[in-house]
Amino acid sequence: MQPRDMMQTVHPGHLRWRKWKNRLFAGVIFGLALLAVLPLLLILAYVVFRGAPGVSLRFFTSLPAPTGIPGGMANAIVGSIVMVLMATAMSAPVGVTIGLFLAETHHARWQNMVRFVCDVLSGTPTIVIGLLVYAMVVAPSGGFSGFSGSVALAILMLPTIARSSEQVFRLVPVTLREAGHALGGTRTQVWLRILLPTARAGVITGLLLAVSRALGETAPLMFTAFGNQFWSNNVTQPTAALPLQVFTYALSPYDDWHQSAWTGALTLVAIALIINLFARWVSRTRR
Amino acid sequence: MKRRSDRVLDGWLWFAALLALALFMAFFIMLGTESRASVLRFGWRFVVTSVWDPVHSVFGALPFLYGTAVTSLFALVFGGLVGVCTAVFLVYFVRGWFRSWLGGAIELLAAIPSVVYGLWGLFVLAPWLQHTLEPWLGRWLGFLPLFQGVPYGVGYLAAGLILSVMILPTVTALSRDVLLAVPRDIHEGALALGATTQEMITHVALPYARSGIISALMLGLGRAVGETIAVTMVIGNRPEISASLFAPGYTMASVIANEFTEATTHVYLSALYEVGLLLFLLTVAFYVVARLFIRGIAKTEGNV
Repeated sequence: MQPRDMMQTVHPGHLRWRKWKNRLFAGVIFGLALLAVLPLLLILAYVVFRGAPGVSLRFFTSLPAPTGIPGGMANAIVGSIVMVLMATAMSAPVGVTIGLFLAETHHARWQNMVRFVCDVLSGTPTIVIGLLVYAMVVAPSGGFSGFSGSVALAILMLPTIARSSEQVFRLVPVTLREAGHALGGTRTQVWLRILLPTARAGVITGLLLAVSRALGETAPLMFTAFGNQFWSNNVTQPTAALPLQVFTYALSPYDDWHQSAWTGALTLVAIALIINLFARWVSRTRR
Repeated sequence: MKRRSDRVLDGWLWFAALLALALFMAFFIMLGTESRASVLRFGWRFVVTSVWDPVHSVFGALPFLYGTAVTSLFALVFGGLVGVCTAVFLVYFVRGWFRSWLGGAIELLAAIPSVVYGLWGLFVLAPWLQHTLEPWLGRWLGFLPLFQGVPYGVGYLAAGLILSVMILPTVTALSRDVLLAVPRDIHEGALALGATTQEMITHVALPYARSGIISALMLGLGRAVGETIAVTMVIGNRPEISASLFAPGYTMASVIANEFTEATTHVYLSALYEVGLLLFLLTVAFYVVARLFIRGIAKTEGNV
């Protein structure tokens, strides 16, 4: 067959259509990928431009005030930090241990169950976690409290910490463990002296991501910590949290409270981005 | 023979593992017992009737089920499409630092707290929908019941769009990982046979990665169904069923968020717990389906 005949069997019109279709496809994909980045840019831009005018020393040092009087969110910021610290103190030891159980023991059936449960829990709506903690802690104890809020956040953080530390423990080379055992180390010694220190950076990354998520959560706190307009130096009392305060102010009818909500949102986004970038940096320096 | 310290550590490990299982059981037990009054009183009527009247203690959750279904399906279609296409873009059209930079930027979307999405949706997206997009859609597509009625700004459309953005990082990251796992020889084989890039992607790569992408979409759907705060802020909170996307509605998660602290009667609280129980069961179901598809991949890979 002559080259010219072959060309005719492929049908030049059809080829042109396929090439055109290919270009159209690339254009659509490119457009939709742009569309995916657009909200990130828009949200960040709005949060910065609307939030920045409200940034002041007062915002970070004073209590919320009635509309018309300048106030701040100091109690909410402190409340969030205290509750997340308490939640981390509860969740981290258990979470890392679950990670150890999943990565280091040999009870396949139990491990699969725990893994399944962790994955389901990490997808559980956070409002449902609030309901559970209300039924288990708030109702029996007789009232909303900062403590119950931190229990809700601890439940929220647990699966993230467990699965991320499992993955980190799995990355530790078997040879390290075998060397430890060869030197006569017990399992406890190998895990505590070799495994944990080696995996430290990765475990911390997982913890940071969980903390970042907990700091931004509103739903599980709505009927546990409940919120408070004043300083709450007692975790058995209702406690303010930054996301809750932003939520309340955003739905209020007052312009100056809307301004505070935007500034609170800017604070939340800044904290989240800093923690996330820091976590990425920690995990990168490890490699 | 076991050392004592090893035994102590083993005990602690089992304690932590069983605690996780107990926590999971606690969801069923607590939500189950708390919603008992409502289940006994309303039975099936709870999910098929649409009167939600706290004053007369009559509770039918259909408007919330409908609102959750509409907004999360919208997010699944729109956010899912954009998410999968972005994953295709990341895997087949860019590489190197730009790929990791763009992927990282989209993953940052997951780090933004949901109350911030809500704030942005309420003060930026909803007014734009009300004054620009909804009137425009009404003018050109108003013959469809979906786009009829008064543009409120807040409503199903606003909630669906916000949810689309919120599930984007989940869908994109997971589909990207699945597409990256498609063996090189398969797509290079397609290209060697003379396929264009588009033909390689739509006829070879996407079908190969299908079950993984479906599981990514299911996990995204699970997130959309459970999302509370952002949706509560933009859906309009009206317990009605409307065909129009412009209309205000309500979702399961947002009715709990709004009404739980105000619920005065036992039956009212119990009804809200039942909504929570349904929500929990839904997310468990989505996760199980997603897992079945992932297992599907493992099987096909084993057979190839």
